Amino acid sequence: MFAAGFMMNAWITATIVAVVAGVVGYFVVLRGAAFPAHAIPKGAFAGAAGASLLGINTLIGLAVFSLLGALGIGSMRRRGRQDVVTALTLVMMLALGAAFLSRTTEYEPQIYSLLFGEVLGVSTNQIPPVLLLGIVCIAAVAVIYRPLLLSSIVPEVAEARGVRSHRVEMCFLVIVALATAMTVPVVGALLIFSLMIGPPAAARSLTSRPGLAMIASVVIALVTVWVAIAAAYLYNWPVGFFVGTLAALSYGIGRGWAAWRRTRAVPVTTPRLTS
Amino acid sequence: MHHVFTAVFEPGFFGSAQVHTAVAVGGLVAIVSAVTGVFTVLRGQSFGGHALGDVSAAGGAGALLIGLSPVAGFVGLGIVGAGAMDMIGVRRLRGRDLATGIVLGSAIGLSALFLHFTTATSATTGSVQQILFGSIFVTSSDTVLAAVVLGAVALASLAAVCRPLLLSTVSPEIAAARGVPVRLVGLLYMLALAVSVGLSSLAIGAVLSTALLIGPAAAALRVTTSVAWALVVACLLGLLAVGLGVLLAYDSYYWGSSHLGLPVSFFIVGIVFVTYLLTGLPAAARAGAGSRGTAPTLAAAENDKIACMSATGGHRRQRART
Repeated sequence: MFAAGFMMNAWITATIVAVVAGVVGYFVVLRGAAFPAHAIPKGAFAGAAGASLLGINTLIGLAVFSLLGALGIGSMRRRGRQDVVTALTLVMMLALGAAFLSRTTEYEPQIYSLLFGEVLGVSTNQIPPVLLLGIVCIAAVAVIYRPLLLSSIVPEVAEARGVRSHRVEMCFLVIVALATAMTVPVVGALLIFSLMIGPPAAARSLTSRPGLAMIASVVIALVTVWVAIAAAYLYNWPVGFFVGTLAALSYGIGRGWAAWRRTRAVPVTTPRLTS
Repeated sequence: MHHVFTAVFEPGFFGSAQVHTAVAVGGLVAIVSAVTGVFTVLRGQSFGGHALGDVSAAGGAGALLIGLSPVAGFVGLGIVGAGAMDMIGVRRLRGRDLATGIVLGSAIGLSALFLHFTTATSATTGSVQQILFGSIFVTSSDTVLAAVVLGAVALASLAAVCRPLLLSTVSPEIAAARGVPVRLVGLLYMLALAVSVGLSSLAIGAVLSTALLIGPAAAALRVTTSVAWALVVACLLGLLAVGLGVLLAYDSYYWGSSHLGLPVSFFIVGIVFVTYLLTGLPAAARAGAGSRGTAPTLAAAENDKIACMSATGGHRRQRART
């Protein structure tokens, strides 16, 4: 499982992806931005189809389309309802993807792997760009950490303190787009979403302290991905299935744990309210 | 005159049986989606509407694998998904977002597994694309019948809970105080949404399903503040997009010399998207002329609330009389 070269590549890239998804996903869950986090990777898939039509590197197509998607969602969100704008941007990008695909003679398995990921087929020269984009993402989160956290938790206070919430929102969407571009070739356009939602949501039910929750989120994401790869290797089932199921499972366990802790905490907190 | 006519409608457009089915099925789906969509946009559940499309597509992939009828797969898993979203917690706005995401994530994982086995056992080319994008040019007559029945079911259940649904959309507290079973009405709405979306993603594909659900309804709610008018305008916009889209897709076969044509979904989504942008222009112009400080999204939300209030006003009067 560890000896073959391609498996080493899989472990390394999956680890990078999990760290980035754990950190960025924490803010996705905090801001209630699950829909954009689903729409940007899925729409970016169209960019990969377009890139293969033009014969250029798929990573460039993915990056361009995910940035376009993020900027489109961010700029149109000022007018009109947020979920409506996200839905329409997504279907427009997918429709472009359908148009591109109708022009190519791309093989079915390649489309499948773009959507659902082919973590076991990562080549060595794919690792440096993934690592670079990953570092950029984490660095960007670190730079806007305080305003991002403040505007995610208490938007009104952030506004009062002079945080330009729209600008922060745009930066955040661009970070999601960058994380998307790097992860799509590895775990697929559809499963990066599971990784950005399940582990952070589970982490949030474990602790309410931001730093600790982010670490927990990264750890859960790492475990999810590692177990998924090992299972995919052993059973020869698609890695995406395991990522999706384990992410949902971790959320379920987190919810169960939070509910159990609440029932135990009730007798302690009620007398304090009356005093 | 004749030249203009043949330039707009390429030869054989009206005689083609494929075009007839496409327009009939597309039109039916457009109406059902537009009506469901108005409630979806008002309730702010576009994500749920889109996610259910993917969930039912996973059901379609599963049905393909075990040899079940695709209708059962699409609608069945869609209903299960809607129930799961409701159970996990769609009451609070942020919890709803997360619940939808979790259900969607697991459904995508399942469809990865189903498609893996399907492509491993039989090399049915195009099945992935079929499930993802769909095409209304390849609808069988069985699907048409199922589409008619399911569409009627979705519309009837929405009509049955229309007034309590609108009231609990505007203010769950007032609705609950008046004795509306808010939770039950919400669940019924989710089930109607699941049937409507399952039907449309089966007939026209998951992409078009979301486009026709959200686009016409959102555009209609931008031009009118009355829910009744919004329903009418949304239906008309949906029908227009389908008709024009099918025509352009048919014509595109004759564009250039390659004779490849472009997919119907591309044209329909394009028309829907442009319509939405155009209907936003008056409000944008007003916002530009007025004070720039006001938040437009808030104003839009207020408008919708007023629209709902005027629609539920009838409900209030009715109750006052009894």
